[in-house]
Amino acid sequence: MISSPLPIAPLLQWGEGAPAPYRGEPMNLTDHEQAMLAGAEGPARQYAMEQIVSVGRFFDAKDTVAISQVHIMADPEALGPSGLAFLEQLAALPKAQRRVRVPTVTDPRGVDFAAYKRLGQTEAMADLERRATAAFEALGVMMTNTCINYQSVIPPVKGEHIAFGDTGSSIYANSVLGARTNFEGGPSALAAALTGRTPRYGFHLDERRRGTTHFEVTARPHDLAEWGALGAIVGRAMTSYWEVPVLSGLAPPVTSDEIKQFGAALASFGSTPLFHMPGVTPEAPDLQSAFDGPVPAARRIGDADVAALMASYRPKDDKLDVVVFAAPQLSLFEMRELAGLLDGKRLSPKVAMLAATSPDIKAAADRMGLTATIEASGAVVLSGVCFYQMYAREIGQANGWTRLMSNSAKIVNILGGYGYEPVLASMEACVESAVAGRITGLGRSA
Amino acid sequence: MSMEAGTGRIWRGHPGPGARVEGEALVAADNFSARYDLDLTKGIFSRPTHKLVGESYVGKILVLNIAKGGVATAWMLREMVERGLAPKALILNFANPIMAQGAAFAKLPLIDRFPVDITAVVQTGRRLAVDPEAGTVAVV
Repeated sequence: MISSPLPIAPLLQWGEGAPAPYRGEPMNLTDHEQAMLAGAEGPARQYAMEQIVSVGRFFDAKDTVAISQVHIMADPEALGPSGLAFLEQLAALPKAQRRVRVPTVTDPRGVDFAAYKRLGQTEAMADLERRATAAFEALGVMMTNTCINYQSVIPPVKGEHIAFGDTGSSIYANSVLGARTNFEGGPSALAAALTGRTPRYGFHLDERRRGTTHFEVTARPHDLAEWGALGAIVGRAMTSYWEVPVLSGLAPPVTSDEIKQFGAALASFGSTPLFHMPGVTPEAPDLQSAFDGPVPAARRIGDADVAALMASYRPKDDKLDVVVFAAPQLSLFEMRELAGLLDGKRLSPKVAMLAATSPDIKAAADRMGLTATIEASGAVVLSGVCFYQMYAREIGQANGWTRLMSNSAKIVNILGGYGYEPVLASMEACVESAVAGRITGLGRSA
Repeated sequence: MSMEAGTGRIWRGHPGPGARVEGEALVAADNFSARYDLDLTKGIFSRPTHKLVGESYVGKILVLNIAKGGVATAWMLREMVERGLAPKALILNFANPIMAQGAAFAKLPLIDRFPVDITAVVQTGRRLAVDPEAGTVAVV
């Protein structure tokens, strides 16, 4: 199971987990929504309602639900020229027609203007980034440029309906905070921002938030990389967006950074927006209450499974080109840990190290001297970007990077398809290797 | 099953976005993500572990299992349509919101949730009529 590609969905999916069959009923729209749909408030809000109705009908939403905040993913690599042209059309509308109606924040961008030349990014990439940012600002979007908005901007509250557009931010908000969101890709997050509404389906509904699958975890992850590995194992076992895994056996305390790595990996390997961890997450005070009806038989995940997942990202030799800490961006605490590990050390000239965080955390780290400690080693702190959303393939080619080491299971999953040979290891082993100029310190889980 | 026996067969799934189209089926039991599985400039499947690796999806009616991957696909389907490097329609066992949002944004025909495994009953090369409003896929 460990080395195979994502599993093919078994036939039981037709009975369990998937949404009910088509009812053929139209969505109930308010007078205001119908007016927006008819174009009474301009083409931006008309587009938004068309998008909401099209997606809502596809998932048999009865109506829309008011959302309190939006998180939008629109890095220039994903946007493409057509997405950018679309945003610029909206940005050119009169102010009353184009401004977002609820607080709207952005996911990481594709270019850090303080670092892009050093990384080998092109002026064309920087230009796309400038244009996208200008368009968003014209819409009234707040450029937070972070995927850890649940740690660093405004964490939503249990029961709060929101529209989050990054798989990692969505799974954290749903699972750890008890807020309610589907994966809202850029075009739909933008529609939610322009109207303050989203279709009421999926994880906005009580009945979709119940556990469907039970894992009994006998492993206890020792570091963030192993928390990610655990998320990867569960993610690989998921068969559809609608499956809600419940993980028993993991007692408190679990920290924000640990559950962030777990969730980001689960969402990345499985396209999964919600999990429950009885005793840890708010909608599962105990195992029984995570399910409707009897607790299903559990599939066990032990230390050997975690070790095997880690071992599946082991290199064939000790060559090392680049170490990346990102996906998700580092919290202030992770920045502190990295500064502690690098304090007084010097990276091998053969190895580059990048650490990505949000602009707000970067400012705090600057103020507290953490950035200076990290960069004195030769590492680079990146602000407002995330490695896989910033033309990772082209950066790798420009710098001759192939062998990449990270403590993020999510990033090793994604970058395998981008021409890298990724290695998953603890932050400690990553730092030790970057200093040594070769991969080392993989002992514990190997 | 011969081609003749297949003609006239019709499967009803869940209605979705996009206009009625006809085209040739390209079928696999694999999953689908625009960002991770495709080379968008060449119009071919590029992920080495995908059953359709090397195959062109341009102008085909793609019949696959479930939607996977991250959120970027929501933007990318429209880019593919505008560059003329898109499939004619997406027929999946199970779409996820990202695929539905991307298809709505691109106005790309999408149908899912059939009573059978659609990848097991439709063969590559069959000519299909896809009617998203009715939610039907027919062999013609």
